[in-house]
Amino acid sequence: MDLLSLFRRNTFEHGVHPEDHKDLTNRLPIRRLAFAPQLLLPLSQHRGAPSRALVAPGQEVVRGEPIAQAQGFVSVPLHAPATGVIKAIELIHTAEGPKTEAILLDVYQGASQEVLYQAPRDPFALSPEEIVQAVQDTGLVGQGGAAFPSHVKLKAPQGRHLDTLVVNGCECEPYLTCDHRVMLEQTPDLLLGIRVALRALGLERAMIAVEDNKLDALEAVRRLLPTDGSITAHALETKYPQGAEKMVIEALLGRQVPSGGLPADVGVAMFNVGTLTQIGALLPRSQGLIERVVTVSGLGVQRPGNYRVPVGTPLRFLLQQVGAKAQANEVILGGPMMGMAVASLDVPVTKAMSGVVVLESDHADLAPRKVQPCIRCARCVEACPMHLNPSTLGLLANKRQYALMAERYNLMDCFECGCCSYVCPSNIPLVQYFRIAKAVTREQQAA
Amino acid sequence: MHSQDTHLRIELRTSPHLKQPLTVEQIMRNVVYALLPVCAWSVYAFGFSALLLILVTTSAALLTEHLTCRLSGRPSTVGNWSVTITGMLLALTLPPGFPLWMGAVAAFVGVALGKSLFGGLGHNVMNPALVGRAFVQAAFPVAITTWTPVFAPGRFLETIPTTLTAPFMEPPAVAAWSAAHALDGFTGATPLALQKFQHIGSDGLGLLLGATAGSAGETSALIILLCGLYLAARRMMDWRIPLGVLAGAVLTSLPFWLLDPAIYPSPLFMLLSGGLMLGAVFMASDMVASPVTPLGVWLYGLFIGAIAIVIRLFAALPEGVMYAILLGNAVSPLIASVTQPRVYGARSKKEVRG
Repeated sequence: MDLLSLFRRNTFEHGVHPEDHKDLTNRLPIRRLAFAPQLLLPLSQHRGAPSRALVAPGQEVVRGEPIAQAQGFVSVPLHAPATGVIKAIELIHTAEGPKTEAILLDVYQGASQEVLYQAPRDPFALSPEEIVQAVQDTGLVGQGGAAFPSHVKLKAPQGRHLDTLVVNGCECEPYLTCDHRVMLEQTPDLLLGIRVALRALGLERAMIAVEDNKLDALEAVRRLLPTDGSITAHALETKYPQGAEKMVIEALLGRQVPSGGLPADVGVAMFNVGTLTQIGALLPRSQGLIERVVTVSGLGVQRPGNYRVPVGTPLRFLLQQVGAKAQANEVILGGPMMGMAVASLDVPVTKAMSGVVVLESDHADLAPRKVQPCIRCARCVEACPMHLNPSTLGLLANKRQYALMAERYNLMDCFECGCCSYVCPSNIPLVQYFRIAKAVTREQQAA
Repeated sequence: MHSQDTHLRIELRTSPHLKQPLTVEQIMRNVVYALLPVCAWSVYAFGFSALLLILVTTSAALLTEHLTCRLSGRPSTVGNWSVTITGMLLALTLPPGFPLWMGAVAAFVGVALGKSLFGGLGHNVMNPALVGRAFVQAAFPVAITTWTPVFAPGRFLETIPTTLTAPFMEPPAVAAWSAAHALDGFTGATPLALQKFQHIGSDGLGLLLGATAGSAGETSALIILLCGLYLAARRMMDWRIPLGVLAGAVLTSLPFWLLDPAIYPSPLFMLLSGGLMLGAVFMASDMVASPVTPLGVWLYGLFIGAIAIVIRLFAALPEGVMYAILLGNAVSPLIASVTQPRVYGARSKKEVRG
């Protein structure tokens, strides 16, 4: 431990403190959700090339059976989350907007739903290359919301020296508690996953980061840490967006990922606790990813909780099960700071979806607000975790000066955490401006 | 299977879906609250005339904003309290016996030329109250330097003779009235003018509490400071700006005072006299016309403090806070552009090329 770290607070500079509403669900154990009559399984639930269907309509499948295969290295297969029969392969709505090809699976309601498609295996008997392959075979993607194929990140990068595996259990988004519950209830799986990841990457040090509003989870993890000190657990200040990749690295290690770079550039490989727990649970059984823990919360639902949900469960079914209230009116996938509001309930729970937050129409945060001119109060400047100048960027966005924004004001470093919009007393939709500006800039750079 | 409870009326919004419950109106309203004690002291010290002046400039400012909004076809923005602040602040920077019609002119010019012409709230380059004051300083040089005694007996029963000057008329001479109403030898000059032109010092306690001649609202440094602390504690004012201005004033006046305390006034006198405190706390800190960058905020404050002292010491004017702040406002965009914050993970130019 270097001397500087004694003076370092366990957090990053700036950020905001929204009310976290985690008490709605953080004491509720994970419960299993019923199987929906039909599951919607998009072939692309991950970044990279979509998977290719291995099944045809009318074909019966068993729970856990591969139904689509990866197309290339940056791609993952898909497994049947339930025993049933393939209804069709067709275009369905997605939360993101464009329609996408998906396998529709009619679930046999009478089936035992035991996972037959599995085989025991010792993950530590595998070589690093075999671990990468085995993880790809599970169809695993980043469980924190990024949806990036996990095995790609487990392959030790060429030409870069890694020294630390950072395990992200911050869960800084308000309402979400699935990582919290997973750390508490699946601690052995998490630690197994960490050890597998260390082996795959050839690393000797792992650091688990947990915000200090989940000290019970931190305790649970610390009780099972190996005595050799290779894995350590750290409490970070509860502050949004503490869980963002760059913020965690700064808080834990005092390193800054260079602009436009990756954690690997500062010697870090980073995984979400949910992802490593899935590795710990799936690899010893050679099983595919067929379900995940989703926090369903918000005052718009009658029975908020942490549910183990089969991948592909339609939101409409999920909300029926938890009792959506009639006055519920905004359904957010992920957390409320960065999540996306859905236009249709006929979209499925996908592999990377960590939460569904349902807000009521009389929720104070949803009250219509008049957009006023920027008064340059600099609250956004004080909030931006990337130390950008959202005030000036916002004024430039109004004038469509996108090129200037990117060149002089580091627009492309914005990761859309939403702190600036959250604090703006003039209600300027700054993040939305920046999304548009970034999209236009990317288009122009590609052209 | 489509039961009643999943027929939701769904609304779409972009993230973030949560919002900190603080609005521009709330910030501006709190600045108005913070100005009320300053106004109350002004009325207590200078009487009925000060009250009339505050009411007239504030109403004129509100009316101007409303009319200019109408003219430019925008919804009226008088409801966001910002123009109320302009009106109140303007009165506080004027001599208490300033003719009311001239006060109205100052408010009109300040709001119409200093704010509405640029596009209203958020678009003005300079502090509108000071634009109005600068205009009348040039237009009515005598009236704006006509000071009347503090705590004049009967100040709640009668107005200062100049107050009710008919529009477009010259105000009457007030020296005889002042002499008759002063508690002790009144010279018709502010502590700053006394110091500058006659090298007569003033009592520090009197300056702190506000028992001196001066503009309607600038005299009590203590009350202004307390009101500023309220705003800073509620995070509705950037405390770094007033601190920067005061520090700039001290750092600039200190070497001269050390050099020759007989000619140059002490830094403490500089801090407590004239409009420095009012300017530092309520005008330099105007969000719209100050930089947003952390380093820029300090530079801007120090710049204003230093310029104010340089004007006080070396220019023909006894007071320089107004011009210092207007200059500060003018260079604020420049300061902001050269003090952009260091972005997280920023690479040096060499690294980018390599």
